[in-house]
Amino acid sequence: MAKLLGIDVGSTTVKVCVLGETGEILYSSYVRHYSRVKQCVLGELEKIRPLSDTFKTCITGSAGLGIAQRGKIAFVQEVQAAYGAIRKLYPDTDAAVELGGEDAKIIFVTGGTEQRMNGSCAGGTGAFIDQMATLLDLSVEEMDALALKAERVYPIASRCGVFAKSDIQPLLNQGASKADIAASIFQAVVDQTVSGLAQGRRIKGKVLFLGGPLFFLKALRKAFKQTLGLDDAHAVFPDTAPCFISIGAAMYASESEEETLAELEERLLAVSDGENITVGEPLFRSQEEYSDFIARHMRSDLEFENVLTYRGDASLGIDSGSTTTKLMLITPDCKILYSHYQTNNGQPLDIVVQRIREIYSLIGDRIVIRGACVTGYGEDMMRAALKIDFGVVETMAHFKAALHFNPDVDFIIDIGGQDIKCFKVKNRAIDSIMLNEACSSGCGSFIQTFAKAMGMEIEEFSRLGLFAKHPVELGSRCTVFMNSSVKQAQKEGASVEDISAGLSSSIVKNAIYKVIRARTPDELGQHIVVQGGTFLNDAVLRSFEKETGKEVVRPAIAGLMGAFGAALYAKENTARDTLLSSLVSEAELAAFSYSSRSVICKGCTSHCNVNVLTFSDGRRFISGNKCERGAGLPKPKDEPNIYAFKYEKLLSLPNASFAGERGTVGLPLQLLMYEQLPLWTTFFETCGFRVVLSEKSSRALYFRGQHTVASDTACYPAKLMHGHIESLLDRGVDFIFYPCESYNLDEHDSVNHYNCPVVAYYPELLKANNERLNDGNLVMPYIDPNSEGTTVRALHRVLKKYKLSASLIRRAYRAGLERMQAFHALIVEEGRKILSRADREGKQVIVLAGRPYHTDPEINHGIDKLLNSLGLAVLSEDAVFEEGNFVKVNVLNQWTYHARLYRAAEFVTRRKNANLVQLVSFGCGIDAITTDEVRAILENSGKLYTQIKIDEINNLGVVKIRLRSLLAAIEEQQRKQ
Amino acid sequence: MKALPERPTVDFSEKFPVFTPEMKATHTILIPDMLPWHFDLLVHVMRRAGYKVEVLHNEGRAVIDEGLKHVHNDTCYPALCVIGQYLDALKSGKYDPEHTAVLITQSGGGCRASNYIPLIRKALKAEFPHVPVLSLNFSGLEKGNSLQLSVKEFIQLAYAIFYGDLVMTCYNQTKPYEREEGAAAGARVFCVEALKKALDAGSYKKLKRCARLVLETFAAVPVDRVPKVKVGIVGEIYVKYSPLGNSHLEDFLLSEGCEPVVPALMDFILYCVINTVNDAKFYGKKRGTALAFRIVYNWLYGKQKAIIRLMKAQGRFEPLHDFEHLRKCADKVINQGVKMGEGWLIPAEMAALAETGTDNIVCAQPFGCLPNHIAGKGAVRALKQLYADENIVPVDYDPSATRVNQENRIKLMLATARENLRQKGGKA
Repeated sequence: MAKLLGIDVGSTTVKVCVLGETGEILYSSYVRHYSRVKQCVLGELEKIRPLSDTFKTCITGSAGLGIAQRGKIAFVQEVQAAYGAIRKLYPDTDAAVELGGEDAKIIFVTGGTEQRMNGSCAGGTGAFIDQMATLLDLSVEEMDALALKAERVYPIASRCGVFAKSDIQPLLNQGASKADIAASIFQAVVDQTVSGLAQGRRIKGKVLFLGGPLFFLKALRKAFKQTLGLDDAHAVFPDTAPCFISIGAAMYASESEEETLAELEERLLAVSDGENITVGEPLFRSQEEYSDFIARHMRSDLEFENVLTYRGDASLGIDSGSTTTKLMLITPDCKILYSHYQTNNGQPLDIVVQRIREIYSLIGDRIVIRGACVTGYGEDMMRAALKIDFGVVETMAHFKAALHFNPDVDFIIDIGGQDIKCFKVKNRAIDSIMLNEACSSGCGSFIQTFAKAMGMEIEEFSRLGLFAKHPVELGSRCTVFMNSSVKQAQKEGASVEDISAGLSSSIVKNAIYKVIRARTPDELGQHIVVQGGTFLNDAVLRSFEKETGKEVVRPAIAGLMGAFGAALYAKENTARDTLLSSLVSEAELAAFSYSSRSVICKGCTSHCNVNVLTFSDGRRFISGNKCERGAGLPKPKDEPNIYAFKYEKLLSLPNASFAGERGTVGLPLQLLMYEQLPLWTTFFETCGFRVVLSEKSSRALYFRGQHTVASDTACYPAKLMHGHIESLLDRGVDFIFYPCESYNLDEHDSVNHYNCPVVAYYPELLKANNERLNDGNLVMPYIDPNSEGTTVRALHRVLKKYKLSASLIRRAYRAGLERMQAFHALIVEEGRKILSRADREGKQVIVLAGRPYHTDPEINHGIDKLLNSLGLAVLSEDAVFEEGNFVKVNVLNQWTYHARLYRAAEFVTRRKNANLVQLVSFGCGIDAITTDEVRAILENSGKLYTQIKIDEINNLGVVKIRLRSLLAAIEEQQRKQ
Repeated sequence: MKALPERPTVDFSEKFPVFTPEMKATHTILIPDMLPWHFDLLVHVMRRAGYKVEVLHNEGRAVIDEGLKHVHNDTCYPALCVIGQYLDALKSGKYDPEHTAVLITQSGGGCRASNYIPLIRKALKAEFPHVPVLSLNFSGLEKGNSLQLSVKEFIQLAYAIFYGDLVMTCYNQTKPYEREEGAAAGARVFCVEALKKALDAGSYKKLKRCARLVLETFAAVPVDRVPKVKVGIVGEIYVKYSPLGNSHLEDFLLSEGCEPVVPALMDFILYCVINTVNDAKFYGKKRGTALAFRIVYNWLYGKQKAIIRLMKAQGRFEPLHDFEHLRKCADKVINQGVKMGEGWLIPAEMAALAETGTDNIVCAQPFGCLPNHIAGKGAVRALKQLYADENIVPVDYDPSATRVNQENRIKLMLATARENLRQKGGKA
């Protein structure tokens, strides 16, 4: 009698199971396949040979599909396989959660069967956990063990690995404990599963947890149990969890043809490799070509000076990057005395201390460090800890270094561990800066993670790509997408060499087309300098030259350019004086130690997680705070900040002491309501309702509504809306009001005056996905605020229950419109005050231009306050657009809020001390159109354009770099004039 | 509303080539592919109107790469495909860039798609600065740069769409069951050629005769009526129909042994027309235009009803959706005020499909499509509460989303669909 064989070929592992006649498990296994899918499956088959002469086989899994199709073996979709096994083995299950390498799935068994898989843009899977473990320099097992000892959990975005990194990196750099971070990572996975997959359905009853990660990781189990509120009886972790799906597949195999193992192997062997994948040209056609290439790049090198014999002055540069730390000591004529490059392993300060000790021991009395300068993520902390003379924003450091190698340089691209920076240079000054947005990284650490996943070191992995014959085309988007492209290539049987070369080319394409968004390679410039550790990888460098069709300069110290630039900065700034560096002395350093602890700042309602480093000499360094209070400073008063002003005024609109004889109405302070709150507050109060606002936005509020989010790629403001609705429902209002408005106010400066689809129709989505909402408690009339007649009629209809007269509604609506105009006038007035004050005090003004709802501090993450702390006055687009002229733009100017952006930009072009920074929410499709136009308007007039993309991640570090680079560039420009 | 103070207008726009009337004689106009058989008929009408038109069928990675290079990558996927097709074609050397123009439709709604024209101009500017971009729209946009057609020619276009829908529907209902491989495709070629002749001869207006010709041609194809899984395709207009946009979704479903159920293109046009009527009703906007649109609507709807009657009378095929029925379906799920992009039409089609026995649905959307957050994915839960058996899979299309990922999801939906079919078969 044939045994049943189930093979589950996932993105990272192969699971095999053999069932006997009565369904008993005779064999099961779980092994990583390191992309060698076919070989791995064949190897596993060897092990089951003794079990039976013949088998009936069924394959499942994301990477199994291709094999099954081409080997003509029965295939069952993996969720279906799981479903079959659950019904047989655990018939009383209500729901099952399965996490795999790159998939996450939920199966609801009772109460309407439903099977769901993660969307194409979703982290929170095994691969995500692997990636995070790599980032922490831990094995997954170690991370698990640590997480169980955690004391607190930080909020970490899990939608995509790159987001999470942006959250984790600052925590690491601030010295948060790895245990706490590890636990936070697992919590993020749980949150992602609950929000991304459950989407409005609660996971309850008896829940089965399946898949490798949920079997092996105790901390992940714990987090799931806690979050879902399950006790031991309701959270089931079967011993068969890792290979559960293959059991399901084996069950489906009963309908397959019976055959011998040899027959099956023959068919597997016959599966051809490399079909259906697009391949590019090899990077090098011959060894000779490669040698020429190497020789050419050898020319860009610095000279060395012997640190053990040299006598004289030196300058020290430190680049404390997000994943690596670089140091360089140079002579006044720019020869290298000492350099160092090292992965942070989460402890950048320890590394720098250790290295400076080493430097002191090497230089003795012969060499005098005249100045030291630090750049990068860790700049503030390093300066404080080690009394370093200067700090320079990293973009400037890189620019200085590149200038040294090519004074004619007009384009610099730096690809580091997790960021891409590009600068265009005009007249030896930075003209524009492009940084990768957190979602399109695909940078150096991506290759590294990938190499590890394939069980190789990065050097070996990239070397393999150099002579690949058919590099795979993997697309040019974010990490998650590339992962699935690789999956596809593996499915098609691409070799590791081809994948390695393909990844290098992806990174380059990502940089050119996604970050720089060049249309043709000529746009980049004629004299390109490439740098950053990733370019030390010859495969990446070659891909870049091939893609651009240009020979570029890659300094041999490509990975050290930040440190070199910092050293140059220190050198230039100490050339004229005779003072010694303030850098900690050898003796001080010998006694140096520090301790770190994280506390919640109680300075204000933000409750920031702040990290306090205490140094051995008693000094302290505080980080993670959003405002000065966290740093122990008094709250600054009366900053020129229209965002803060507007928010405060909005919150004070509803009359708290008004009784409201007709009932209470809840207004969710989000999206459209940030603009129309004055209108609807006055409208309802005039009609005799008490107005209740939703709670202030916060991460916690977002989590409260997360289970009703239907589309996880919508913008953060939209997703926050769900929390606001929960908040109002909990506050017990009679009904919630949010109008659907296809059209916004006509401000007579655009072709049409639409709202974006999300702002216009979000209540439809809320109603459809929140079981607590119904026609009675969510009132959402379709109105056009420009048309009083139809609006009054619509309001009359939806508020029929309250028997309001049409004339009262008309009067209330008019009063509301007047209030809204008055409110707007107030904002404009405040804007004027800020402008004249800035003029008076000689301050630079930033028009922080976005949408009305970017006023929300949870959405803008305090960027307004950050600007204030950099000494800038902050205005908003709605405060200034009326001062701007009408504009004619290239695109169809048809959205009210967006028309304001163009006019605000026009206004900025005519103000000497004003610049514009555009805030863009992730997932805002419309801003894909506006950003290019706003940029064109500004650049036409010689102004710099800066765009900041914001989402739920709360990491001001990157934003600060951008803003400081902008300031540096503005200064540079002014100096030129 | 307070009037804003008068201000000067600053022109930040760039000059772009205009399609002059003389160009009608000298220029070849390129059209991106969407519905090959519909477009065959539509192009025939445009050619008869004196335009030299050609539909692009180029595909592959090169097309997508051109799109990626020339369009903001956060822009929707259809823009990327369309622009990629234009550039790839212009670079192929087949067309003289000095005597070529490109054409795109424009709805003028509150969705990004209305901005395709400027995006195309921007993309062409660097390498093909003399290629004009033409608009085909009914909203009065791009005056002087849109296709000039007479009323008669517009009527011909309408008929071409009706017939295209009919051919597509009959084909999809025949192909999976044909006894002889290629028979349905043969019938399709025959019908389209016959309809072109009807357009030439002026007999296209004889709806009864033309529709019957199509129905009878397809009814004559020998078939085996084995029960197959029926899968509806709804979603954003381009990825719903275009094989380039949806990675040949129809072919994939056919290869999986399913019957694809693709709603009619005319429904989208009726949707656009009725939205203007609704705007007048809801907000008192453009009452005059609305009246004209109401007349157009009534005329089109009358023709659709006539086709449905003929299909019912013939008896072999599941008829097209009745648009008034679609509107009633919409009202159960969403307000007809949701009018950006494909808006309420998507849930309406999903509901109508469920009511006509197609429970399984692929909701195709470009990654990050704004209206689809609400009307696509956002409406799924509400639909499931109405139609318990409805089996919907939203699929994102994107230049880097791989086919494995998309097909895996669709396969999951199909696994459930087959299970359901088996259970129903057991009952029957």
